Amino acid sequence: MSMIEEMPIADTSAGTQDVIRSAKPVSRFRLVLSRLRSTPRFWVGIVGLGAIILWAVFGLVPNAWNATDLDVYNMGSSPTALHWFGTSDIGEDIYAQTIVGLRKSLVIGLLVGPLAAIVAGIVGAVAGYLGGWWDRVIIWFIDLLLVLPSLFLFILLSPIFKSLSWVALIFLLAGFGWMIMARVIRAQTMSLRERDFIKAARFMGVDTWTIIRRHVLPNVSSLLIIDATLGVGGAILSETTLSFFGFGIQAPDVSLGTLLSAGQGAAATRPWLFVFPAAILVFTVLSASLVGDALRDAVDPTSGVNRD
Amino acid sequence: MTDSTRQTNEATRHTHARGKRGDTPPDTAGHLLEVRNLSVTFPQPGGAVTAVRGVNYHVDKGEFLGIVGESGSGKSVSSLAVMGLLPSSAQVGGDILFEGRSLLGRSDRELSRLRGEGISIIFQDPLSALTPVYTIGTQIAEALQLHDKKLSKLAANGRAVELLKVVGIPNPERRAQAFPHEFSGGMRQRAMIAIAIANNPRLIIADEPTTALDVTIQAQILEVLQKAKDLTGAAVVLITHDLGVVAGNADRIAVMYAGRIVETGTVEEVFRAPSMPYTIGLLRSMPSLATAGHTRLVPLEGRPPQLANLGPGCPFAPRCPVAVDACLITEPPLTPIAGNELNAAACLRVGEIASGALNRAKLYPVPEPVALEERAKVAPASVLGVDGLVRHFPLTRGTVFKHTIGTVRAVDGVSFDLKSGQTLGLVGESGCGKSTTIMEILELARPQAGRITVNGRDVAAMGGKERRGLRRDIQVVFQDPMASLDPRLPIQDIVAEPLTVHGVPAKERLTKVREVLELVGLDPSMASRYPHEFSGGQRQRIGIARALVTDPKILVLDEPVSALDVSIQAGVINLLEDLQEKLGLSYLFVAHDLAVVRQIADTVAVMYLGRIVECGPSEDIFDNPRHPYTLALLSAVPVPDPALERSRRRIILEGELPSPTEDISGCNFRARCPLYQLIDAEGQEKCRTLDPARRQVAGSSVACHHAEHLDLMTDHHAPKTLRSGG
Repeated sequence: MSMIEEMPIADTSAGTQDVIRSAKPVSRFRLVLSRLRSTPRFWVGIVGLGAIILWAVFGLVPNAWNATDLDVYNMGSSPTALHWFGTSDIGEDIYAQTIVGLRKSLVIGLLVGPLAAIVAGIVGAVAGYLGGWWDRVIIWFIDLLLVLPSLFLFILLSPIFKSLSWVALIFLLAGFGWMIMARVIRAQTMSLRERDFIKAARFMGVDTWTIIRRHVLPNVSSLLIIDATLGVGGAILSETTLSFFGFGIQAPDVSLGTLLSAGQGAAATRPWLFVFPAAILVFTVLSASLVGDALRDAVDPTSGVNRD
Repeated sequence: MTDSTRQTNEATRHTHARGKRGDTPPDTAGHLLEVRNLSVTFPQPGGAVTAVRGVNYHVDKGEFLGIVGESGSGKSVSSLAVMGLLPSSAQVGGDILFEGRSLLGRSDRELSRLRGEGISIIFQDPLSALTPVYTIGTQIAEALQLHDKKLSKLAANGRAVELLKVVGIPNPERRAQAFPHEFSGGMRQRAMIAIAIANNPRLIIADEPTTALDVTIQAQILEVLQKAKDLTGAAVVLITHDLGVVAGNADRIAVMYAGRIVETGTVEEVFRAPSMPYTIGLLRSMPSLATAGHTRLVPLEGRPPQLANLGPGCPFAPRCPVAVDACLITEPPLTPIAGNELNAAACLRVGEIASGALNRAKLYPVPEPVALEERAKVAPASVLGVDGLVRHFPLTRGTVFKHTIGTVRAVDGVSFDLKSGQTLGLVGESGCGKSTTIMEILELARPQAGRITVNGRDVAAMGGKERRGLRRDIQVVFQDPMASLDPRLPIQDIVAEPLTVHGVPAKERLTKVREVLELVGLDPSMASRYPHEFSGGQRQRIGIARALVTDPKILVLDEPVSALDVSIQAGVINLLEDLQEKLGLSYLFVAHDLAVVRQIADTVAVMYLGRIVECGPSEDIFDNPRHPYTLALLSAVPVPDPALERSRRRIILEGELPSPTEDISGCNFRARCPLYQLIDAEGQEKCRTLDPARRQVAGSSVACHHAEHLDLMTDHHAPKTLRSGG
């Protein structure tokens, strides 16, 4: 065993140093990574998500059709060698449309998830750290947003958003997706505030914003990363739901939601209009959630499998 | 051991020799509990961790065995194995014999029958060990009825009340109806003892029963434990990290290190003539009330090995000053000393130590004090003055409409004065307001009432800029070295943080950081590492380095060593002493451990319920206390010296610290004061009505009307609390 050589080195250095040099210190990042690697869920999720993204980027290359092309000779055809996923009533290529829709949904999902997490982190940390009136006002506001049914608000606001581009939808979705996490971050911050290292910083005279930036946010960052990852799947679902009902992405743009909406009437008779976009949606959301889930278990050693 | 117990042992031996289980060797059947070559392994992703590696010990009937070890030495795991309470993933090897029958491999049902009736356990944290939704009485009755199905509910309840009375809970009929949260820590532990002795067990395992409690309560609980032992005739296994606790109570002790017993023997043998270098070092590194202050502590360098990657040699060899090459190759077995089977030590050089060829006293080099020329010159001046400091917290109820229902008098008129280059020790039990006091000082804000002056300037009169400037002069070191360092920053950033506030350029910061790291005995090349890569003692050094980086004049030390293992403590205390000498610092040292305070403090202030009851020079307070509370506090501290411990008079304070919400007229120590009960009616009247102000008595200032009559207490209490030896 290699311990034989290492033991004496570690110990003859008497004096006041008692660090163990034998075992190489494992950083937390490494630990999380190694724990992630040993979860099959993570691999399924990350490979699935990677494949979906690659497909969304390069999927159109081998296809002969663009999303806007109309094949007037093959209207309403079932999947063939020419149209892999079939065509719609007016001859649009479903494969091309699915890919374009997927791109949009992915972009929205990948932006909304992190954006909501950032808002949640800042608002939660400020409320939790400052306390007092700041906290009360912020919590009132969060609770207000939580009790209002967000779908109802989306519908109310949709006339405004219809006139803007689909990018506005990103901010709308992010604007209604941060509240619950903000409450979690706030609670976490409140317990952090009582920790000695924050107290120490305060007694040294470090100002409030520096404490939040330097000490609070990095210490809740693992939560935020998880939230951002899990939020991707959620955001894609919200976007799809809105677009399905006609309040989200507007024609001529397509997303998975508008495709599903267009194809729902034919779900029984011409299933290819509905089944392909639906399957892609399920697969994307599932992959993103699996990654988020595995990440949560890896960061928090007390959750899931490690419990006795 | 008396003759009668020996006879009983003989008797049991014969019964068991004829016993039904043929596989039990008859020669060991005489022991009540015998643990043979016990090993416990926890499988873990990074490789299995063997927490207990071949432990052998036995307990005879009515014997008191103390198992001592630092955190991670496997002392708790080995006793949980005896109870069969380890998690299912643990792999247990070896054998555990209780009354001659093996406990391993028995079904949970069988073990359950034995637990409580045969063996019972007292846990460290009495709050989590009691079910919060049932009354104390119900929980004791449950323990009784589980083992005696014929017992009626009424009879069980009656017995529960009886048991509560035995363990010294006042008003047991009413208290049996109370829920655990209505009990204080000490009372909960008493209730746990009541449950433990409910079925007259033959063996009680007490796992750190007093660690979570204050010294005065600890003294009460140990007293109750002794009483319970005498009453039931049970053998006791006391697991603790505190050598002082064992010294006064146990018959035999076993010292554990890295999952093995490294020394065992009677208390007298081990304390008087320890033979394992670890035990010797442990005893030398502990500040003791009897010796502290006169001599420098001898630190036990290094830290306990990690059980996950143990080498083949003696696990203590890396820290051992007398290790030879052979120590690194083979792990020494437990070798009897002078042919005595019961007194053994696991050291290759045990013979040399026992025979005196290796002098125990000179085994560890005594660290040199700071040379005279290195000492800083300090002009005697007051650097920190606190006068009549008050901090009351309103107690509110209701979430929407808050209304005040009472006041917590956390700090209620505290005054002291810290001189430059000196150490003021602030001592008291938990809840006495010592932490609130220092937090108030560190806020550097206008107090609710009273005055705080730093370097002669009143902090209330200061502007924001001046206050920030002042923060350079007053820095803090916290209790828990893990919690006080941000885990997400490398230590150079942590240490440099106070400098960033004062706008010191980055380059200068780095040189200063290296300088202070060197000063506290850390390698500056480790500056880019993260806190979790360091051991507890090193982390506390980092905390001290951070406090020193601004060249402060005052250091507020909030229990800086109480979270550290005994063997690490000494190094940190020595460092603090050296730094004071070199830099001329003033310390405000807050602690509950009186021995540590005695070691380091020049002046001591004793706090009780938000007040300072006695304040004076260290020698006066410790050698000649003038306040009944100080006297009781000092007598409650266990001393790691069996002879001294057994001959000492102990004043057991009755009751617990009253709630600080109560409005007490007159002296607030009255309810627990032993002197109050001895004084005449006229004197009692004075205590009831008049709040004692601090006045000068002998060397110290004392807040007691009857400080002159303190000898009443020692005379009257002595015969009652004098403990019979053995």
